[in-house]
Amino acid sequence: MRREWSVGIAILLLAIVLAATAPSYFSAENLRDLFLVNMPVLVAAVGTMLVILTGEIDISAGSAFAICSVVSGVVAKSGAPLPAAGAAACMIGAALGALNGVLVAYGRIPSIVATLAAMVGLRDALRWSTQGAWIEDLPQRFQYLGLTQSLFPIVAAAMVTTLVAAVAGTLRHVAAGRMVYATGSSAEAARLAGIDTAAVKLVVYTIAGGLTGLAALLNSVRFNQIPSNTGLGLEMKVIAAVVVGGTAITGGRGTVTGTLLGVILLGAAGPALTFLGVSAQWERALQGLIILAAVTIDAARLPRGARFTRTSAAGV
Amino acid sequence: MICPAVSSHLLQAVAVTKSFAGVHALRGVSFDLSPGEVHALVGENGAGKSTLIKIITGAELADSGTLTVGGRRVAHLDPAAARALGIAAIYQQPALFPDLTVAENIALPREGAGLLRRVDWQGHRQRARELFEQIGAAIDPDRRAVTLSMPERQLVEIAKAIDADARILIMDEPTASLTDREVDHLLDVVRHLRARGTGIVYISHKLEEIFAVADRLTVLRDGESIATRARDEIDRDELVRLMVGRDLAALYGARQVSDTRRAPGTPALQLSEVANAARGVRQVSLTVHRGEILGLAGLVGSGRTELAETVFGLTPLDGGEILVNGTPARIDTPADAIRLGIAYVPEDRPRHGVIADLSVAANTTLNNLPAVSAGGLIDGAAERRAAARYVEQLRIRTSSVDAEVGGLSGGNQQKVALARWLSIEPAILILDEPTQGIDIGAKAEIHGIIERLAERGVAIVMISSDLPELLAMADRVAVMRRGALAGTLLRDQATSQAVMALALGHAA
Repeated sequence: MRREWSVGIAILLLAIVLAATAPSYFSAENLRDLFLVNMPVLVAAVGTMLVILTGEIDISAGSAFAICSVVSGVVAKSGAPLPAAGAAACMIGAALGALNGVLVAYGRIPSIVATLAAMVGLRDALRWSTQGAWIEDLPQRFQYLGLTQSLFPIVAAAMVTTLVAAVAGTLRHVAAGRMVYATGSSAEAARLAGIDTAAVKLVVYTIAGGLTGLAALLNSVRFNQIPSNTGLGLEMKVIAAVVVGGTAITGGRGTVTGTLLGVILLGAAGPALTFLGVSAQWERALQGLIILAAVTIDAARLPRGARFTRTSAAGV
Repeated sequence: MICPAVSSHLLQAVAVTKSFAGVHALRGVSFDLSPGEVHALVGENGAGKSTLIKIITGAELADSGTLTVGGRRVAHLDPAAARALGIAAIYQQPALFPDLTVAENIALPREGAGLLRRVDWQGHRQRARELFEQIGAAIDPDRRAVTLSMPERQLVEIAKAIDADARILIMDEPTASLTDREVDHLLDVVRHLRARGTGIVYISHKLEEIFAVADRLTVLRDGESIATRARDEIDRDELVRLMVGRDLAALYGARQVSDTRRAPGTPALQLSEVANAARGVRQVSLTVHRGEILGLAGLVGSGRTELAETVFGLTPLDGGEILVNGTPARIDTPADAIRLGIAYVPEDRPRHGVIADLSVAANTTLNNLPAVSAGGLIDGAAERRAAARYVEQLRIRTSSVDAEVGGLSGGNQQKVALARWLSIEPAILILDEPTQGIDIGAKAEIHGIIERLAERGVAIVMISSDLPELLAMADRVAVMRRGALAGTLLRDQATSQAVMALALGHAA
């Protein structure tokens, strides 16, 4: 739990600084905004974390997010009720995730390459099919949970909390969770233990895709329109949160709690700059620093050779 | 042969102490090496051999004590300085660059001299050929390292060491994955280097080898140097006694008592002309009975592991038939095999046998989670109780069941791997090199566990390159050669000569 502690302490320090110098940061309005902005990030990050736990990566989340957003908008405009739009977004997301999963698990394509192809291909396919046009004038019904509705944050919070708790519980207490960690820790050892690692990866990519769809829905219902270039850079944002939260980029280690804290720290730190009178342009630089600090702590804490079992596999 | 005059020492370590996080790994260890000497370093895992090696190669700095190399004291030895002083090390798993050629692998350490200099390909090949000639190896310098067999990789490492003009060569378990014949060749190379004046620190768990090649032996136990003796002054029993610090009378003696239960049970596993073209397994017919230990011998590459992986469904067979308890079985995946009660403990334990990032508890229950689950949820308390039971039964030495398996010693990792498979109560247990790289004490314990399982009626297939071990443990020995079964020997016929004759294809 050590990484969770250090990220938690960092969040606490940030809160103390803000409380002392910019108490308006803690206004109900600002906190609500922060929550709404970062909730989709958290949902997508949990999916990406699952993928990273199996030792793979997914950099197509941002493009898939855009497609899911547009699909949910198109479905909503056709007059279908909100649950249908949500289901469509999740299903499209899951299908795109499954495609990645098949390429990685059965096509044996390195995940960075497969999902890079998906990232570029999906984004351009979307641009071509929408001709860059935004989905506008979304029906009022679609925005039932919209920003103006005070009920939204509560419903959304309940949903996301349930979801995050379910993933955390599954990873910890259900056999399938063990398969995820085992696959990421050593795919060969897992295979020899009788685990179908290809199936594990396919399922994890599919779930991650579905979560991206849900994230897209949670984001879309807040606005009156959906830009067709939405979700640009989302994949890096979520990977950063996952890594800061202590998940090993090589797989096999990581917790949902860590990812939650990673999303909170990165999500809270950027806007805090404005409140502290620093130009918002420094936001990305600050996030970079946080990531660097997180991985440096790892490198310093693990003695050389502690990861011997993994690195030794690199020799012939 | 040995000149103990202080000035003649190539290497001398005096009263070296090293601790990690407050735990003493070395306590005042002294060790020396003369030119043209093979000095064996023996001791159980955790005795401090690796730490001493790390200090000599500059990978770790000693807390106190002195290190003298070639008559000069060295205060702060780092890996580059150690190399400059002519110290080279060869490990169990050679660290070659898999995608580079043999010649490049050998030349690479010298390439650093001038980053912009043209690469002298012809010279590199020529040099590689010269080096191989010196050690009597026939390896094409243009082959990529990934295509080399394990003994060939060892030879390339030795060539690298000679090329670096190493006067002190450290060999850490170089023969762990070699067959007897390959070991013989390697030992010839070691003797050749010794004749050239190289000082060699030789580490091995195989005592036969140590007595065959060492001039002197130093025994380490619990971080202390217990004794240094010339080879002629010590016998095997005494060496073992010094290593384990207790009388381990029956190293392989356990088997004799149970000869009474030799009456074979019903057939548990029958292979009928099993073939796997992709893995080079050709028409193997074999029967293993309940309560029997079948040894599977053969040279490395003879198809033993490939046969085991075929039976376990990792690479399904493409010809013949497998019968489990007399019934034809279809085994396409490991899951099928597990359902039929077949367990497979693979070789290369640190990479494949256990899941290093998971705890002891999670590892032991991984294959039978339903047993510690209720309503689909894993019951943490039940899981830890189950793990604690195995820790007790198999005497797994770990600080707690929550400790990560990656931190345990080799022998204890192997016990965790065994525990994991015992949790499915297998009817058929296939063990691939179960004691490779494990110290003597743990070895005897693992032999005892295998024994007890056989007595309880489990059919056991044991693959081992350690022939004395295999002969002591097995009721029958099946010998493989080039993917096919060369022959099966009953316990009383199975001598090392008979097994080797079959493995090599000589007339028995």
